[in-house]
Amino acid sequence: MSPESKISRTVSDLSEPEFDSALRGDGIGWRIGPFTARVQVGVPGLAESLYRFYAHHPLLEHGSVYSFHTRLATRRAFPRLYRKMVRFTVDGRKPHEDMPRAHALPVFEWGLNLVIALRSHCFLMLHSAVLERNGKAMLLPAMPGHGKTTLCAGLSYRGWRPLSDEFGLVRPRTGDMIPVPRPMALKNESIDIIRGFAPEAWIGPATEGKRKGTVAHVMPIATSITRQKELAPAKMIVFPRWEPDTKLSLEPISKAESFMLLATNAFNYELLGEDAFVTVRDLVRASECYRLVYSDLEEATRRLTELMDADDD
Amino acid sequence: MTTSGRTEQEGIRELLHIALHDPHGMAAMLPADLDLTIRLLRRLRLLGTVAYRLEDAGLPGELPAVAQDQFRSAQVLAESRARLALWELDRIAHTLLKSTDVKCVVMKGCAFILSGLPAARGRIFADVDLMFAESELDEAEAVLNERGWQSQRLTPYDQNYYRKWTHELPPVVHIEREVEIDLHHNILPRTSRLKPDGEKLLLRSLRVPDTDYYVLGDEDLVLHAITHLMFNDDLADKLRELVDIDALLRHFTRDDEQFWQRLTDRAEELDLTRPVFYGLRYLRRFGNGDVPDIVIERTHSWRPPAPALWLMDRLVPRALFPPHPDLPSRLTDACRLLLYMRSHWIRMPPWLLAYHLSYKFWARRFDNKPRNA
Repeated sequence: MSPESKISRTVSDLSEPEFDSALRGDGIGWRIGPFTARVQVGVPGLAESLYRFYAHHPLLEHGSVYSFHTRLATRRAFPRLYRKMVRFTVDGRKPHEDMPRAHALPVFEWGLNLVIALRSHCFLMLHSAVLERNGKAMLLPAMPGHGKTTLCAGLSYRGWRPLSDEFGLVRPRTGDMIPVPRPMALKNESIDIIRGFAPEAWIGPATEGKRKGTVAHVMPIATSITRQKELAPAKMIVFPRWEPDTKLSLEPISKAESFMLLATNAFNYELLGEDAFVTVRDLVRASECYRLVYSDLEEATRRLTELMDADDD
Repeated sequence: MTTSGRTEQEGIRELLHIALHDPHGMAAMLPADLDLTIRLLRRLRLLGTVAYRLEDAGLPGELPAVAQDQFRSAQVLAESRARLALWELDRIAHTLLKSTDVKCVVMKGCAFILSGLPAARGRIFADVDLMFAESELDEAEAVLNERGWQSQRLTPYDQNYYRKWTHELPPVVHIEREVEIDLHHNILPRTSRLKPDGEKLLLRSLRVPDTDYYVLGDEDLVLHAITHLMFNDDLADKLRELVDIDALLRHFTRDDEQFWQRLTDRAEELDLTRPVFYGLRYLRRFGNGDVPDIVIERTHSWRPPAPALWLMDRLVPRALFPPHPDLPSRLTDACRLLLYMRSHWIRMPPWLLAYHLSYKFWARRFDNKPRNA
């Protein structure tokens, strides 16, 4: 009798003013995959973006058990009173310094990433995008800047269901990937690439940052949220890397190398100890493993789709 | 203080009492109460401890999935920290204890693991605490330094502070790892109001079978836990230390009626009567209440002057128990500030305290970034 099964309301069932005032008040709870988030936001203008990004996420009843209680509030702190900042807090504690208010949306999204990464050790957490097609999951584990999110966003507009663009979640000693559908953070050139690639995609306001350049979030497709309770077994692992002006190459790599690449890419591999070893070993054993170098997104999505569909024959 | 404020605090104490002592009650909580309890336990770093108690009662399956996940995560984290601590002990034994004759006593959480005490389960290990005879401390430090354990860069003031006035050396960390090692020669600072004799503690320490390590004797283990909570610290969010003491006493007194007597005798011998008075008082009040009357009577003469006790009785609960995470409380902040001041007051004589605080004040002004020693 989980609270959301009784009421199948989503964020979009609230009006935008209702949503805004609840965020300012006691907060709103919604489900993101295996997590339940309570969100309080007191930053003007942010509710509008969140209302669109999380439109399809199921609302939770007041008084649920939450995975985390997050809050984003404006701050004006001595000695820089003229500078408006935002403070992200989780359960009343701030995990990092206040950030400029113009970065409110990335700060919120990054804050959720941080709290998930710090707390969710009941899962093996891979730093990987995960998508499903024909009932099978493909992992795209990569370092930041290697085009994992761009590829994930692209595939999700070419017939794939994205499970996550950031966290490859799997319970230890199982092989089923768990969806965590969230807005996907595109950086710099990727923003325009996705605009051209999928004009129907809704992309939120762009934020200019010092460290990571321009960031804009793309809304996840609706089915990724309506089907967020459907796990998918890992069958394909592709290590992607974007390079300018190269010919696409998609080469099989050995299980041993894949194991090393996947293990070193996990957020909490050492923390899970033997469970992590066994889980990564079994993921690699169950999957075909490839390395992808690409520059053209259309070509890359086509090749990956062919690869997954060929596996079915 | 408003009535609702008091109710809030009482509600929090009741939820934590259920979480720590009544697993079935916890499994039957309303979702909103369970949610608040999990948040409080996380802040107190007791989520892992409670997770094991639920598991022992066979109850995790009855909790909502989101709660199960959080308890499981806390267990995984606790197991991993314990593994790191044991590995560090293994490396220290390999480096130090194979090549020298120094006697090394493992303290606190790591001692609970080595001795297989139930208090170890689910506990989060922050660092490894070791104790040596003062005469052997330099040798131990030198060997560890030479083999890769180094102290962080400290100002000369802080170096001097540790060595001259405290009961430990500046903490060391191995260059390839992250676990901090504290090297003690006593359980209270040299400058403390109380003067337990470190040599006496070492004399009664016991060899841990199949290792080169020692642990404090059973009574001393409890006395150290009590002293650490009541006389070395500001008590803020330290309910877990009371939970440790509770678990240790339950274990040691289970089949041993005489343990209480030996504990109080030893407290007198080591000049630790005041901490024991406080420790057992608050254990009885906030633990499961099984400190025998006769023990409380025995400690009665160890109590502080009435005004001090009156004040402590009001401050200590505000520190041990956290405020509601969504409702920060100025009263709680004020109580905790007073206890923070007390922790300094009892650790050093007034002249030293004045000197230390004025140095810290000026050092902070000039941004030398001193460790908060």
